[in-house]
Amino acid sequence: MKTVEEIKAAIEVAVPGAGVEIVSNPSVSGQHSLLIAHSHALQVAQFLRDDSELALDYLSNVTGVDYLDKEISEKVKVTRTVTKTVDGVEQQVEETVDETRKRVEPGYLETVYHLFSVAKKHGPVIIRMRTANRTDQVEMPSLTPIWRGAELQEREVFDLYGVVFTGHPDLRRLLMWDEFKDHPMRKDYVEPDDFEYEPTAHDQVLERAKQHAAAEKAAIQEGAEAR
Amino acid sequence: MTPSIAHPDRVEGWNRPPIIEPDGEGELLEVAMGPHHPSTHGVFRMDVALDGERVIRLKPVFGYLHRNHEKIAEGASYLASMPYTDRLDYFCSLTNNWAYALAVETLVGQQVPERAEYLRVILAELTRIQNHASTIGFLTQEMGASGTPLMYAFREREKILDLFEQLTGSRMMCNYMRFGGCRVDISAALLDEARKIVAGLPGFIDEFEALLSTNEILMARCQGIGKLKPELAINAGISGPMLRASGVDYDIRKVDHYGIYDRFKFRVPLGDHGDVYDRYMVRVLEMRESVTILEQALKDIPAGPIMDPKSKIRGFRPKPGEAYGRIEAPKGELGFYLISDGTPNPYRYRVRPPSLINLTVLEDMCLGESVADVVVIFGSVDIVLGEVDR
Repeated sequence: MKTVEEIKAAIEVAVPGAGVEIVSNPSVSGQHSLLIAHSHALQVAQFLRDDSELALDYLSNVTGVDYLDKEISEKVKVTRTVTKTVDGVEQQVEETVDETRKRVEPGYLETVYHLFSVAKKHGPVIIRMRTANRTDQVEMPSLTPIWRGAELQEREVFDLYGVVFTGHPDLRRLLMWDEFKDHPMRKDYVEPDDFEYEPTAHDQVLERAKQHAAAEKAAIQEGAEAR
Repeated sequence: MTPSIAHPDRVEGWNRPPIIEPDGEGELLEVAMGPHHPSTHGVFRMDVALDGERVIRLKPVFGYLHRNHEKIAEGASYLASMPYTDRLDYFCSLTNNWAYALAVETLVGQQVPERAEYLRVILAELTRIQNHASTIGFLTQEMGASGTPLMYAFREREKILDLFEQLTGSRMMCNYMRFGGCRVDISAALLDEARKIVAGLPGFIDEFEALLSTNEILMARCQGIGKLKPELAINAGISGPMLRASGVDYDIRKVDHYGIYDRFKFRVPLGDHGDVYDRYMVRVLEMRESVTILEQALKDIPAGPIMDPKSKIRGFRPKPGEAYGRIEAPKGELGFYLISDGTPNPYRYRVRPPSLINLTVLEDMCLGESVADVVVIFGSVDIVLGEVDR
């Protein structure tokens, strides 16, 4: 089978401007992967599936991964002009200071696809896509139109990680119930105190019963006054 | 009346289920089959829209047994998840153990001693036989053969589970494999016992087939029902006996040669029609092939250690990286995807559940068939809810 570098080159020939990067895997497993840009994801996926040499017709596994915002502190040498009094005279002096700067590298959600070929019996070729951040830009193109095998698994990633797959034909929660608000597989998910609570018919029934009791009371009073 | 079950938007090009129009006479009926329907093998629901007896729409509803296995595993050390994998597909705990052990061994590059590899093959094939036998038993139960074939299957399964109990201490929750080997060694007496069980298996399969394969009711209920085309099966990521019943030659034991499967001679049975009967037949033939693998493995099993001496139980911290390991479990491709960040707990732990993904095409197979056939088609998929919902 082709190496990731060769696959990357083949994609760049077939889909110009695809924006494919290699994500190397330091583990001994040697399963390196390709990071795909959103804009050409469907064309790249179609190429991988239909190319006669790769023929990756079998999408085995779809996974979400959550990476939190990272705070990185680094030491920077800063040169600045300071006004100083030297020998009784005010002067502008240049000074180099070590400064610790903190910057926040935004976290992201990632989806990993493991592809195999039934026709050629090789694999895995791993492709991944990343969202811009974890809060408001969580869209990602769905690959269900290319591989139907992603249908339920992308629904699961949407359910547990909150990645919104554009172009998915039936994007609903898979495992959690529809009224559930959060995404439990995220790393910063906090369980609510009463996670067993589910809104049931009882609340509405009690509310109605209260109103009903008030109306009945009023009717009885009215009757008593009429007498 | 239009049923309220949502139709997926029409997206061009994707392999969507066909739309079946009602014939216009009478009203459509919506039935929620499950989560406590006796045919659903647990807590699974199908929202079915019916035109008379014909199925117009079918939407599976998941999650009744969801306990977020993956999140729990991310909060525990690598080894601590091993007993929990038993609970995924509780019929086949040993293959679950193997898939997880294989993924971790791929991640850290561990070697498994010879004897342990043989033990793994023997246990996995015994697991496959008892799983297929009981699946066929359940399938016939759903056709109205209440109990008899299932009890034949369970009689044989009991012998295999007794062997598991003597070896691992538990009938179903075996927790037997470790990263780089197995937990306890098998004694010579127990190996003889296993040989005795395997010697009796061909007779059992013959008896089972005499009872079922040419049975008129079974043929009438299974042949031509729930057809699955090979192109759709590949595209939808179907795996295991269901994929091979559609005529696709893809067995991970032959493709990946994980473990020591390249040493054994066995054939991969394939179906022609992709209907329920083919799925039944592929399972029967796979049991026969498993018996031949078992005979070879039990003959050749060498003496020696069962654990890699370099493997660590305490302070097990894989280097950062990721790995995907998969095996041919009785239900299909069972994979584990692990991301390590150098800590004792996995950063990401994902189970690729064959039972869930094989249900992707449930609607496609059931459309246009009658309600009674839905039960049979569903039974032929072979799922365990512990793995579907995780």
